[in-house]
Amino acid sequence: MEGTLFNIFAGLTVLSALLVVANPFSRNPVTSALFLVTTMISISGLFVLLGAYFLAAVQILVYAGAVMVLFLFVIMLLDLREAARRKLNLVSLAMGIMAVGALFSVYKSSIESKYGEASQQQEVAADTGQAAAKVVGSTRALGQALFSGDNGFILPFEIVSILLLVAMVGVILLSRKEPR
Amino acid sequence: MEPTLSQYLLVSGALFAIGLLGVIVRRNLLIIYMSLELMLNAANVALVAMSRFNEKAETALDGQVMVFFIITVAAAEVSVGLALIVALYRKRQTTDVADLATMKL
Repeated sequence: MEGTLFNIFAGLTVLSALLVVANPFSRNPVTSALFLVTTMISISGLFVLLGAYFLAAVQILVYAGAVMVLFLFVIMLLDLREAARRKLNLVSLAMGIMAVGALFSVYKSSIESKYGEASQQQEVAADTGQAAAKVVGSTRALGQALFSGDNGFILPFEIVSILLLVAMVGVILLSRKEPR
Repeated sequence: MEPTLSQYLLVSGALFAIGLLGVIVRRNLLIIYMSLELMLNAANVALVAMSRFNEKAETALDGQVMVFFIITVAAAEVSVGLALIVALYRKRQTTDVADLATMKL
């Protein structure tokens, strides 16, 4: 059951991410933005499978909600017409695909050498009923991890809130009509 | 069958590679920005997966706390970046990076 759901969400994530970057049917940025929403929602499905329930909700609220509304708002504000298909620079395209493919294959082989066997051992442990207790990121648990005890994250939390304030002031300053 | 850590990391790596490809190949600033979001989310998937398979109970949620902060910082980053794009579009009437090759306004 979990494996099936993982396959569905992982496939949907990768497929819609591909459609964000290279959509064969449309060059309209709005299409890319809507596929980005699909990607975010399937990533939050992966979070649910990983037991991170609070983060799954935040992912949908912040990314699929706030960030994507901002993206769509800017796309429509700029009134981008469907960009004329320029001649693709085939050399740069091939070089980009090669570089990214090389990077991904290095990453893949390093994962397999580091975690391939370890995860197989974990499967054996799960079969014999000795699996590690499942970490559950419910709202309560995450809140306690954030705010409680000596190793809480109160200072980073406050710093992030100041960062959000700075970003807000900066956006207002940047988007004034006549910046002096 | 329960998916393993390496499967989650593989999805995360694929997502990161796609985002990087978008940043390298595409020339529309907004699409490049969306690809950056994809790369940030790839990191988030990896962190949550690591947190799930962490066996030490006292640090088990640290990965998720980090993702929480990444989401917040990413939201701030998106708002500032899109404001920059709007300001740039007002000056130059384009979002194609090939047309934005000089620093002169």
